[in-house]
Amino acid sequence: MKKSFLLLTIGISLVLSCQKTEPSIPIDNNTLDGPVDGLTTSEKLQFLRGDAAFNNQIFTKETGLGPLFVASSCGSCHAGDGKGHPFTTLTRFGQTDSSGNKFLATGAPQLQNCAIPGYEPEQVPAGASSSKFTPPANTGMGYLDAVSDDDIVAMADPNDANGDGISGVANWISLKSYLIPRTGSLVNNGRHIGRFGKKSGAYDLLQQTAGAYNQDMGITSTYEPFDTYSGVAIAPEVSNQTLSDVVFYLKTLKAPVQRNGGNTAVIKGKELFNQINCAKCHIPELKTGYSPIGALNKKTFYPYTDLLLHDMGSGLDDGYTEGNAKTYEWRTPALWGLGLSKNSQGGTYYLLHDGRATSIEQAILLHGGEATDSRNRYNGLSDAEKQHLIQFLESL
Amino acid sequence: MKALIFSILGILTLQSASAQIDSTLLRRKPKDTTGNLLNMDAVYNRPFLSVARMPVALGGYAEANWQHLGTNGISEGHQFQMRRVSLFIASGISKRIKFLSEIEFEDGAKEISVEFAALDMEFHPLFNLRGGIVLNPIGAFNQNHDGPKWEFIDRPVAATELLPATWNNAGFGIYGKKFQKNWVFAYEAYLTNGFNDKIIDNKQGRTSLPAAKENTDRFEESFNGMPLITAKAAIRNSKIAEIGISYMGGVYNKFADDGITLDKKRRVDVVAIDMNATLPKLNTFINGEWAWVTVDVPTTYIQQYARKQQGGFIDLVQPIYKKALLGFEQSVISAACRLEYVDWNVGKFTATGGNIADNVFAIVPALSWRPNKQTVIRLNYKYCWQQDLLGNPPAKTAGFQAGFATYF
Repeated sequence: MKKSFLLLTIGISLVLSCQKTEPSIPIDNNTLDGPVDGLTTSEKLQFLRGDAAFNNQIFTKETGLGPLFVASSCGSCHAGDGKGHPFTTLTRFGQTDSSGNKFLATGAPQLQNCAIPGYEPEQVPAGASSSKFTPPANTGMGYLDAVSDDDIVAMADPNDANGDGISGVANWISLKSYLIPRTGSLVNNGRHIGRFGKKSGAYDLLQQTAGAYNQDMGITSTYEPFDTYSGVAIAPEVSNQTLSDVVFYLKTLKAPVQRNGGNTAVIKGKELFNQINCAKCHIPELKTGYSPIGALNKKTFYPYTDLLLHDMGSGLDDGYTEGNAKTYEWRTPALWGLGLSKNSQGGTYYLLHDGRATSIEQAILLHGGEATDSRNRYNGLSDAEKQHLIQFLESL
Repeated sequence: MKALIFSILGILTLQSASAQIDSTLLRRKPKDTTGNLLNMDAVYNRPFLSVARMPVALGGYAEANWQHLGTNGISEGHQFQMRRVSLFIASGISKRIKFLSEIEFEDGAKEISVEFAALDMEFHPLFNLRGGIVLNPIGAFNQNHDGPKWEFIDRPVAATELLPATWNNAGFGIYGKKFQKNWVFAYEAYLTNGFNDKIIDNKQGRTSLPAAKENTDRFEESFNGMPLITAKAAIRNSKIAEIGISYMGGVYNKFADDGITLDKKRRVDVVAIDMNATLPKLNTFINGEWAWVTVDVPTTYIQQYARKQQGGFIDLVQPIYKKALLGFEQSVISAACRLEYVDWNVGKFTATGGNIADNVFAIVPALSWRPNKQTVIRLNYKYCWQQDLLGNPPAKTAGFQAGFATYF
């Protein structure tokens, strides 16, 4: 009887305490996934559907993969919603100026470097310039999407009127026929401001998402109906509902949260970041305009970008471009989440547009063009100051 | 009035039926205790029940459990699972011809399959024929997988997510056995239907031999017309240990269709070793296996689909209490621990030269109580670390599982 009682007691204790024996949830600011605060229940459900499609749906031949592709799922390129790894780096090719891409007939703009059995993957055609693009982190993109065009234009200084050597410009792009301009979207000669992609070549997250399904995985949709191998419009391989869910998921992934913000070295590093003018392009604070998603409507956030194109010098000029950007111009990448990049890149940093920099310092030193002065100022810092600056960047 | 008559008839019929169940007519077929049995004998090394002089013996086993597991702080909560019910029927058709079949119901009736259905014809101890739906003898677990034989609720990851246990196919083969003093040598070799291109084109997003099981047509049609060869040799000394080495290989892709060549023949090859032993004096049972998988994946395919995989497990089972408990005279309580590891992608990224991860390591301490030889009550605590392809910080999964498995 005593033994039975003992066994029963052990059993009940086990059930009641089981959660304490399981791994704890990582501290919120150490991860990139999870929704923004303030979603309604129906929005949370759509977030979960998008999460499942983005992270769990792996395409196969039967479900439409390829025949030419780069990856078989969204999650392959954006592990943990963070920056990608050179293993799935994209290669874009064929465009050198604003007159457009001359290699569309031979597979441009994106190289599909893998193929299902029986097919041969693409090669960059002779004579085409190309550039490699490391997959970006997905987080906080809903905030960037909701910044008003007026605010973006206000940050631009195309003629360097203030004489600081920095002249951000917007990439005015032609809108895909299926896109609906945001409320208050500015138009310049029939073109709109692009804000996503390394060259700001994409208008919004629907274009980015439908394009990635098509160009990265060979999945057609009503938006991007052309098979990347045959060039023929085929039946959609992903539904509009799924695309809508994934776009919603991307819009409502939380923004990265700064860590160790109160650390003395981090505070000093932030001061240095401003002093050497990094913050002129990597603008710390932005505001969203109107957003139909209440949680994103008129919010202040801290992405460290101006969403503009900047001349980054000949060292980062790959001879390839998109929209009206010059080949040496790159959109200022958001620095939020930078310190967590290693957790999605297999323990190593792969920074800048193509992952060529394997440390934050290396990335700083590869800045040129409009960032030359800031780079030189960085070189003029003491070793301790450099460490503070890097610690600050790692805290983002 | 009619209802009353039917009720009386019903009661009489029930009484009559229950009177027909005479427990003395039900005989348990004695289990082999010679110590000469091998893992490959597992399908017949089960407690069967025969009825009177009928040439048919029946048996089965069932497994059910509760679990509460969490991954990185997120849990599905309390889960109650009836993992499987398996029924087997053995029939001695004549002195040297027998037939055994096993039908398995998994997760309720979500998956129903004929797991084993084979005719055995005995010619000579070293030469016998078997044909039908057979369990391919790769490793040990695939043939020796009945829940009541194990102290762990989950099957080994290496057996189910690297190797495709339970991996069965339609085919034919030979087997034999040779005894000499304390030694037993045995072999099996089969030609069966085999794999298909699901192993590199699947929802798992990795090279997955188990994904081939999605092709349920394999019992009626070979995917590519090429037989899968599976062979195993094992040797056992009844006082020392059993060691087995097995091989399974064949072409997995559809290299031709309608007479037109589509691709080169692409092979999948698996080598496995298994061993088990009981340490003298301590009575510690050690059981493990390790497998290496090689797949000819097209060079133009994405690297997340591995060319090489490996993995295995080792179980340690230490009886710590052997006497009556709670009125069960033959109780045995054991402490056990399983260590397991699978690397689904052995190789390096061509882009960086860095190691491709995609692996899992798990440790499973356990307590088991066997109130009799057929039944085991199990309590497991599982902790596993699973890394993605890139080697990012592992997802940690842990929690308790408790349940039973029993032959009936």
